[in-house]
Amino acid sequence: MTTAALNLGDLGFDRGAHVLVKHALRDIGVGERLAVTGSSSDLGLHLRAWCRAQGHEFEPGPGGGLVTRGGAEVGRWKGAETAGLPDPARQGAVVDQPPGRWGLAARGARVEAGSPEFRFGIDDKDLVWAEDIPRLYAQAAAAQWDPATAIAWDTPFTLPDEIEDAVVQVMTYLIENETAALILPARFAGLLHPHFREAMQLLAIQAADEARHIEVFTRRALLKRPQLGLSTAGGQASLKTLLDEPDFALAMFLLSVLGEGSFLSLLWFIRDHAPDPVTQQVATLTAQDEARHVAFGLAHLSRHVEHDPGLRPRLAQAIETRYEALRQTAGLNEEVFDALVLLTAGAWNAEAIGKGHDQVVGLAREMGEGREKRLRRLGFGGDEAARLSELHTRNFM
Amino acid sequence: MKDQLLLGAVAYDPKVVTIWDGFKAWFDRHDLPFDYVLFSNYEQQVESHLAGQVNVAWNSPLAWIEAREAGERAGRRARAVAMRDTDQDLTSVIVVRSDASIRTPADLKGKRVAVGAADSPQATLIPLLALSEAGLKPGHDFEIVFHDVLLGKHGDHIGGERDAARALSEGTVDAACMMDGNHLLFTREGTFPAGRTRVLAQTEPYDHCNFTVFETAPDALVDRFTRFLLEMSYEDPEVRPLMDLEGLKRWKPGRLSGYRPLETAVGRFGTLDRWLGEMSAR
Repeated sequence: MTTAALNLGDLGFDRGAHVLVKHALRDIGVGERLAVTGSSSDLGLHLRAWCRAQGHEFEPGPGGGLVTRGGAEVGRWKGAETAGLPDPARQGAVVDQPPGRWGLAARGARVEAGSPEFRFGIDDKDLVWAEDIPRLYAQAAAAQWDPATAIAWDTPFTLPDEIEDAVVQVMTYLIENETAALILPARFAGLLHPHFREAMQLLAIQAADEARHIEVFTRRALLKRPQLGLSTAGGQASLKTLLDEPDFALAMFLLSVLGEGSFLSLLWFIRDHAPDPVTQQVATLTAQDEARHVAFGLAHLSRHVEHDPGLRPRLAQAIETRYEALRQTAGLNEEVFDALVLLTAGAWNAEAIGKGHDQVVGLAREMGEGREKRLRRLGFGGDEAARLSELHTRNFM
Repeated sequence: MKDQLLLGAVAYDPKVVTIWDGFKAWFDRHDLPFDYVLFSNYEQQVESHLAGQVNVAWNSPLAWIEAREAGERAGRRARAVAMRDTDQDLTSVIVVRSDASIRTPADLKGKRVAVGAADSPQATLIPLLALSEAGLKPGHDFEIVFHDVLLGKHGDHIGGERDAARALSEGTVDAACMMDGNHLLFTREGTFPAGRTRVLAQTEPYDHCNFTVFETAPDALVDRFTRFLLEMSYEDPEVRPLMDLEGLKRWKPGRLSGYRPLETAVGRFGTLDRWLGEMSAR
């Protein structure tokens, strides 16, 4: 039998000699020998102790010792599994149902057998995945903006008191809606099997987007006023039905495709009719993020519907159930509706108010058309899409 | 006693419960009726073993000698059925500070030598034997500074050796004794800063723990227990964490050739004289 050789020079085990010994042992087979030499004073002593702990045989030798490789390291990795592949574009990279024993391991890592069994609530690729998700994540990561600098908060402007009050009310409404939109992805990010890395990252970034939105809406509301506006029971009841939905597909459908889809129209509307430059910038930036959230929802739900035709009736049912639950509530509160009219009017006079009113009514129509379009993308027929869009909460989100 | 193998082990650390609960579950799955009891010290374990209250004892090397000696006096025959791979061919070292003028063990005359617990084979008895064989009389030619962490646990707890090492680093003693593996550990974790200490002497190799049985143990169960141990594989993800906790890569058949240094030390220092006398008197 040949004996491999390793000279450690003056490197001792007190300064990492084991790294070189380990490396050299990996180049020989189990049962083969490695002669280790070096000039470190305690080399023989430490090599003996290290070999014993690692399961290698040791015989003292001149200037070091003779190591016979044991089988423990090979044994440790026997039965290990490779947890998919890191590049999601490669065939088989993202598996349909990653096992709980892969746990928190990076996708593509080699996982030791005997790792603890994790229980993730969402471990089905059909529920969460879409080929487009890695691209959406990259886009989301690249599009992050700093609320402190992205908006020119010190731009001078003055609005009539009534219009400023209306802006504060709209912002107050937006904040509570965005809070629901933060909680849902944050909750599901914690349930997702981390194997679906980019989906988990996208949900996390979505929650971070909403955190930023809450900040900028609050800051705009308090720019000229010491306090916020009103929060109605009906508005909260509508949002509560979103938080009460435990199913990922249904909750994300109601939130992203219908709610945030409608919000996208609302934010574009505010951008286009903002009475002041700060409100206009706030709406512009937040709308960009919301568009991505809608795209994510549509992407994974389109794939899900394709793989599971039974999902579509469940989605329809979810809209109907929510409609029934909210039937007795007031829908969009009058304060918010009126505030939107005033915000759009931009001036406190009958002519401007009339015009603003017409535009807000137009907004509701646009929202409905947007919802219909997205429902058709999920495979709902024209009439069904129109009917379901009609049933969507009057609270927009 | 039920028809099961009852093992005795000493609770030197809370992890002992995890280890033996784990092995018990594994033996259960392999249809070996097995249970364990924990003792607070090895002397009580050996006494209970002799009294037939346990069938097999997970003994320190000193407890092995206690069981063998006390057993012989009672007309009993002890044998070691298995041990860890890491129980074989240990050595201990006597360490001094690099800048000390101590060059040979004889230079320790009149000095203070830190050891572990009084009943620790690796950190006290075997290193003191090495100094004795170098011509020094422990406690007479040099002062022994004990670090009695958890006496009765035969130095299983690393604390005594670490305290001895710290005493050397801090300069309150002139030399410190410890197992080779702990010297490596203290060097790597910085208890011994790089280059500040030097190994004065290394003992001859010796063996550590074993599973001890007396001839009265149920042979069939002991045989199955031993076979299961020897067949246990580090490749098995179920037992690997337990083997890691217990500090081994594989179990080996018990051997007695590695206990000679400790037997000599115990004989020379009269370590067990009093205890054996008390046991015989009962």
